[in-house]
Amino acid sequence: MAFRLNVNGKTMSADVDGDTPLLWVLRDTLGVLGPKYGCGIGACGACTVHVDGAPLRSCSTPVEAVGAAKIVTIEGVGADAVGKRVQEAWIELDVAQCGYCQPGQIMSATALLKAKPRPSDADIDEAMGGNICRCATYTRIRAAIKKASGQAAEA
Amino acid sequence: MADGTLPTASRREVLAGAGLVIGFSIAGKGEAAETGGKLNAYVQVAPDNTVTIAAKNPEIGQGVKTMLPMLIAEELDVDWSAVRTRQADSDPAAYGRQFAGGSMATPLNWDELRRVGAAARVMLVAAAAQGWGVPASECATASGVVHHKASGRKATYGSLAAKAAEAPVPDLKTVPLKDAKDYKIIGQPKRQVDTAAIVAGKPLFGIDVTLPGMLYATFEKAPVFGARVASADLAAAKRVKGVTDAFVVEGGESLDGLLPGVAVVATSWWAARKGRDRLAATWADHPTGAQSSAAFEARAVELSTQAPGKTERNDGDVAAALAGAVKTVEAAYAYPFLAHANLEPQNCTARFKDGKLEIWAPTQNPEPGRQLVAKTLGIAPEAITIHLIRCGGGFGRRLSNDYMVEAAWIARQVGAPVKLLWTREDDMRHDYYRPAGWHFLKGGVGASGEIVGWHDHFVSLGQEGAFARSAGMSPTEFPARFLANYRYDSSLIPCGVPTGPLRAPGSNAIAFVVQSFIDELAHAAGADPVAFRLKLLGDKPVVGEGASGYAAGRMAAVVKLVAEKSGWGRKPPKGHGLGVAFHYSHLGYFAEVVEVAVDPGGAIKLVKVWVAADIGRHVINPMGALNQVEGSVLDGLSVALHQKITIENGAAAESNFGDYPLMRIGEAPPIETHFIKSDHSPTGLGEPALPPVLPALCNAIFAATGKRIRRLPIETELLKTA
Repeated sequence: MAFRLNVNGKTMSADVDGDTPLLWVLRDTLGVLGPKYGCGIGACGACTVHVDGAPLRSCSTPVEAVGAAKIVTIEGVGADAVGKRVQEAWIELDVAQCGYCQPGQIMSATALLKAKPRPSDADIDEAMGGNICRCATYTRIRAAIKKASGQAAEA
Repeated sequence: MADGTLPTASRREVLAGAGLVIGFSIAGKGEAAETGGKLNAYVQVAPDNTVTIAAKNPEIGQGVKTMLPMLIAEELDVDWSAVRTRQADSDPAAYGRQFAGGSMATPLNWDELRRVGAAARVMLVAAAAQGWGVPASECATASGVVHHKASGRKATYGSLAAKAAEAPVPDLKTVPLKDAKDYKIIGQPKRQVDTAAIVAGKPLFGIDVTLPGMLYATFEKAPVFGARVASADLAAAKRVKGVTDAFVVEGGESLDGLLPGVAVVATSWWAARKGRDRLAATWADHPTGAQSSAAFEARAVELSTQAPGKTERNDGDVAAALAGAVKTVEAAYAYPFLAHANLEPQNCTARFKDGKLEIWAPTQNPEPGRQLVAKTLGIAPEAITIHLIRCGGGFGRRLSNDYMVEAAWIARQVGAPVKLLWTREDDMRHDYYRPAGWHFLKGGVGASGEIVGWHDHFVSLGQEGAFARSAGMSPTEFPARFLANYRYDSSLIPCGVPTGPLRAPGSNAIAFVVQSFIDELAHAAGADPVAFRLKLLGDKPVVGEGASGYAAGRMAAVVKLVAEKSGWGRKPPKGHGLGVAFHYSHLGYFAEVVEVAVDPGGAIKLVKVWVAADIGRHVINPMGALNQVEGSVLDGLSVALHQKITIENGAAAESNFGDYPLMRIGEAPPIETHFIKSDHSPTGLGEPALPPVLPALCNAIFAATGKRIRRLPIETELLKTA
């Protein structure tokens, strides 16, 4: 059936089964390729998008559950001041190695900073604990979140 | 393409742009450059002075798409800000060997690519000098501009490019190179060229390749490696909306080739997956179905009590030495199979049209893939084009090209472009696993606290005297050659589980065994673990001959440095412990100290890691280098703490990140890295920082708890004290 989705401020329509995960609607039907497939069970966070501002694993969210909610992906997160600051910090510290997980990391980090503008290490551990980086760029991810929040990174 | 997104124009079209294309045949190291008029382009200078440099090797996150062009840009003498890079296709006639493996990009290209840049500079200088009617020797360059000092004339590379392209290519062997003190790019921290595109979520990866009319495929193989398809309900799969085709692929028997399975093709990947769920495939019996991790282990223990299959090395008289030792230690070490778990599951896109095959492959090793595809499909290697696509992680998995031949086969059969994507479960269950292994060790220490004898009976996987892939250990592996009495025996267990290289292959297991057992002997001798190791390394700068020589002096230097930086010898807080280890691999000398805290419940907290490294006189890109070291260290810690693949009934029991956990951010400790700049050619960094961290961790746990870890992954249950 046809679904009308609000993706990065644009209305897009997709004719798919209602149980299709949002990730695959974004990627294969709408051509929004930033969100990544890593596990399909919400265990790695590579597919993270914002739905009405909350971070959500799009690989395990059926499209029929999204309704008219506002979906923001890595492609659109820079339109938000916090998202832009996070992306800039990621560039400044050259966080990525392979880069595959980083769209998901950035979406989770942006959601964290919107909820807690000056997160503690424990806040970071909790909010980012659902995002795997197989290259293990964790020390730079932590530093970039601190930088984006205006806190000095530890040596 | 400047932002690194997937190419839309062919390489030929890119090169057809105005400006200078300088090309060189770079044949194998030390060989004469190929002739025959084929122009092989690395460097293009546009009229606006923008320089486009080809990145020859596959990018897997190790940073070569940035680092290798830095070498060319340095000697070309341009500003890094003027450089754009483009990913080369797989074209060994133009670029020589193109692969991501063995941490070899630096040692194989350090000289060659600097010479490519220097030769281009010579051609630009020649063009300027000729135009001005002055000797080239009176001209200098800086920041993409040729100067003639005496007359004050200047010309930009962009203005010289067209003319320079007609100049003769200088001899690469004799082209002058910069003095290292004049380097402006090498040794400076540079961000990855694709960083901005990564952060913006641009489609850079294999999984993102999209072609007009493209279909999506999934491919189901037997859980038991190599088993044939017995039955599959193809009709049921085809009834799923969006599924366009479903068929059995007969495949062959070689675990390195196209394996039997069932392909389901659809207009979206999700539809293909749903179709696959209806297959209810069954599989023929296969001998590997009788194999298991538990049975391998039982057999290893059995073999350890028998005469070995082979004595790989036997120096001195170990039996006599152990009989005369003041103290002896016996220990059995074991480590499991491991998966690579690239975060981007295996995938490949292929298009077969008019007898030609075009492949977009996230591969570390494209040319063996070309050969495999050509042989399996029965087409000429020259009919295949391979585009190298950024890999969402490599770690050695993508040195094998099984997914490439699957995509090619399916694409030819359906007659449309096809993107094959494995599920995470496919990826975990169809790997070339880091082989499991078992070491049965005996060692002895003498009256003055030295090791008097070392005997390792290594039970590994393999048959007929040959180790399975990545399951071997060299007869020169440390501490061989450092001990008068050293014996290494091997016995093999036949294994139908596919094995292969995982980041720092061999070393990622051997360092754990060797450096842990050295620690056991140090404690038996009542010696400090650092002092004991320095004594073992001895006073000779190099032990052994030629290419296999072990630079004991370089290693001793990093051991001393890491001890100093970690405050070795200090009394750590209660419940904490420090452990040290060193390991040489991939031409790099690494020593590491881990500090842990172990609570009474056995929970391990990683407090900090110190790394001291010697990879030669230059760290080409310090920004990427630190990232590689930190990633390697955390990778090793993750392996030690969490990871194991269990074979049951000839198949992998683990399937996703629930039962194969990877380290999360909350576990990652701070890491402090120090480089010693020794007077040697620079070497690679993708791997050698990994091996020592596993034993350093285990030795730290021993220091904290008195409990010796002899089996990975670490079972925290055993560390409980309350």
